[in-house]
Amino acid sequence: MARELVGINAHPEASTDGYEVVHSKSEVFYPVYERKTDLKHQTHYCAGCGHGVVHKLIAEAIEELGLQDRTILVSPVGCSVFAYYYFDVGNVQVAHGRAPAAATGLHRACPDKVVIAYQGDGDLAAIGTAEIIHAANRGEKIAVFFVNNAIYGMTGGQMAPTTLVDQKSTTSPWGRRPVNEGFPLHMAEMLSSLQAPVYIERVALSDNKNIMKARRAVRKALELQRDGAGFSFVEILSPCPTIWGKDPVEAKRWVAEKMIPNFPLEVFRDHKIELPTNNAPPHKTVAELIEGKREEAAAPAPASAHHYRELGIKIAGFGGQGVLLLGQLLAEMGMREGLEVSWLPSYGPEMRSGSAHCQVWLSKEKIGSPLVSHPQVLVAMNEMSLRKFASEVAPGGIILYGRDQLPEDFTISQAQVVCIPASEIADRLGSAKVGNVVMVGALLEATECLHTTTAMKVLEAKVKNANLLELDRQALEAGRIYIDHHVAVGAVAQADGFTQ
Amino acid sequence: MRQLCKGNIAVIKGALLAGCRAYYGYPITPASEIAEAAALFFPEIGGTFVQAESETASINMVYGAAAAGMRVMTASSGPGLSLMQEGISYLAGAELPCVIVDVMRAGPGLGNIAPEQSDYFAMVKGGGHGNYRNLVLAPASVQEMAELTILAFDLADKYRNPAIVLTDGYVGQMMEPLDLEYREIAAPEKPWAVKGTPETRKNFVSSIYLEADDLEAHQRRMEAKYIRAQQNETRYEQYHTENAELLVVGYGIVSRVLRSAVDEARRLGIKVGLFRPITLWPFPTEQLKLAAARTQKVFVVELSNGQMVEDVRLALNGTRPVEFYGRVGGNVPSVEELVEKIEEQSAALV
Amino acid sequence: MGQARGNITIDIEECKGCGLCVECCPPKCLELAPELSRYGAHPARYSGEGCTGCGICFYCCPEPGAIIVYRLAPLKAVAAQGGDHATAL
Repeated sequence: MARELVGINAHPEASTDGYEVVHSKSEVFYPVYERKTDLKHQTHYCAGCGHGVVHKLIAEAIEELGLQDRTILVSPVGCSVFAYYYFDVGNVQVAHGRAPAAATGLHRACPDKVVIAYQGDGDLAAIGTAEIIHAANRGEKIAVFFVNNAIYGMTGGQMAPTTLVDQKSTTSPWGRRPVNEGFPLHMAEMLSSLQAPVYIERVALSDNKNIMKARRAVRKALELQRDGAGFSFVEILSPCPTIWGKDPVEAKRWVAEKMIPNFPLEVFRDHKIELPTNNAPPHKTVAELIEGKREEAAAPAPASAHHYRELGIKIAGFGGQGVLLLGQLLAEMGMREGLEVSWLPSYGPEMRSGSAHCQVWLSKEKIGSPLVSHPQVLVAMNEMSLRKFASEVAPGGIILYGRDQLPEDFTISQAQVVCIPASEIADRLGSAKVGNVVMVGALLEATECLHTTTAMKVLEAKVKNANLLELDRQALEAGRIYIDHHVAVGAVAQADGFTQ
Repeated sequence: MRQLCKGNIAVIKGALLAGCRAYYGYPITPASEIAEAAALFFPEIGGTFVQAESETASINMVYGAAAAGMRVMTASSGPGLSLMQEGISYLAGAELPCVIVDVMRAGPGLGNIAPEQSDYFAMVKGGGHGNYRNLVLAPASVQEMAELTILAFDLADKYRNPAIVLTDGYVGQMMEPLDLEYREIAAPEKPWAVKGTPETRKNFVSSIYLEADDLEAHQRRMEAKYIRAQQNETRYEQYHTENAELLVVGYGIVSRVLRSAVDEARRLGIKVGLFRPITLWPFPTEQLKLAAARTQKVFVVELSNGQMVEDVRLALNGTRPVEFYGRVGGNVPSVEELVEKIEEQSAALV
Repeated sequence: MGQARGNITIDIEECKGCGLCVECCPPKCLELAPELSRYGAHPARYSGEGCTGCGICFYCCPEPGAIIVYRLAPLKAVAAQGGDHATAL
């Protein structure tokens, strides 16, 4: 009998009358694969490919668990790059290896949804190793289905991170040699060393029994997502008959005989975990965060009252001497007194050791360059800073040097130097750490560029500890008194760099 | 209410105001304060902050959140941006809006952490694979770090494209008064997003178009929106250009130094004006042509060995001589240095 | 011959002739057709006897809709199997 081979291939004598359907295409698959360019009624996978089986297991579980309307599938790069052809769920296609990272962003944006990352061995275990390990380690609430077929299928048979020792591929043509290519990567075992995952299992599409185990594993991984339980990972050993050069039945047998001994089937992790959370519930408004604290805008004098058009200040010293804070204090004061201000720090390793400096402009006009190349005021907290920056000081400028006397061999002609043993003064007050505040007191007294009352206002806003605030007040005062009693200044830096 | 604020932190304040509720990033000097501020602020209003394992992961987390329709951002500096280029290409291809801040440091390689403007090519000309453009905004002050971040979110959504805030270590690290008041900023609806809901089940976010004709059509649509952006989104600033004989051009921190140098040179009697592109892409080509047409010569200053100057030359297309001065390695020219250069350029004018 | 407990149909537009269903079928009631489909494969078919409706073939088959598995409706099943409607899975 020559029957035309189209349509449904039912046995001609076996009518389905009186029978009811128990297994058929899941409704989670599109009825027609419209995103495909042709053959829209069948998958793009080769005959006997394991991906199709894994797809069916996932679709069935999504359907049975009622998750279709709340699932987002992340398609990888590899043969399953086109998973979105088939699954009638929300679909996002991502870069090679990055599915766990994209799934992280997706799930955190949609925390009550089910996010699936579907990945192959090149995607997950080679180019995306970092992404999968860290997503697992964060306990991202996603399900990862890892299809391990020990080969690169899409690109035509190159070695995979899971290619077996001695297994030939186009890039291991003499077989994988550990001396050159290392050993196959065991992802399920690696991830099992992490604390956060709730479920890790390796299954195989090797025989009927194992396929049904895979079915249960897939379902369980999705149940855990439905319940928001945590990171689930199912590794599926899967045949690739075309690239392996075997017929589908042989390929399936190869999974059983070659892959399983190398990749043991096991439940590596199955426990509930409650991750400790330290986050307070959201308790602020955007306005509170962006507008800053509403502090008293101390303005004892209008900006126009300042005796300079613009004043460039450089502050330098050892890291830890508070030079950056000193500059911030001056900038904050200037702002409160209605001036335009800028503060520019040296940054990076310098602030952790070695020297640090910052540059501050106080100006009545809009500030152009925030760099201060010729400061009218230099605060040099140590000898190194003095030697490094003194020559930059503008003619008629002033140098506040944080020691009791200048180095013997140091001379300068264009600027006046005032020595203030700030650290010693601060130490006598109880903490050498407020040496920078002593210096502020001295600077304000010597230059009259800003008001001491403003300094206190700023400190009150910044320093919460009453004892420390009192110490700061004493330090400011000590700096002021030191200048007042010990130093005849008589020269104040002006906008044009000359003294009056 | 003015507050003294660091440029990097102003970025996050702007982002919060713009409705950004997700930050994925990896620390790097001189951009780390952006991540730190996000870590501090985002959880307080129910947002998400994740320190990713790499910039590669960061940008793909951004991809995921953007696919779900969130206003999302990341920030880094040159070495991190190099790692992100793959993801930026995918974001552009998938037409996903997001904001990426590049606080430029000196390269190539590890270079150093001091400011340069040497990521111009990488950010403005693409950097990742394929035909795409980034929208690129270049703030020059702390206030602009906030305001241009807000604008970046708006433009990113408007054009469904990554928007880059391209700045440098100095603007990121410096503190200036920031004046930011709460205001409602509405983000547009994103019916294309994939949210795991019945309404969005049919949606698909991807940059894959297997058929040549399909991919060409996709790219033509992208080109059309890029043309719209070029027509509508150029932003720039001019300073004393009205009777200038010499036009200096610089962006970001350099524009600040140039502004001071222009003031000083004008005091010396030199007729010089400043043209400052605020959008680096789309580049304010037409406006630059107009400004340059009134002058005899154009002088470009960058913290690079000559990157934006190529766009200036393209814009002027030989109609005016274009001279260039660049400092690299983390050196930033002083006002005096640029005044000297302006004097030289001015003396050479006929 | 009594009515089998199970039945299957195979859509040869979808079937790629991989033969996995034939290999996995516990009662061995599937076979590859000698004829070629228009895609050049020998599609699977039900031999017409012995299907238990266990569904193994469905899970071994990589194509989403190639195989539909049926079982005798309950009333008929009771009649045919003396009330013992086995489920293999």
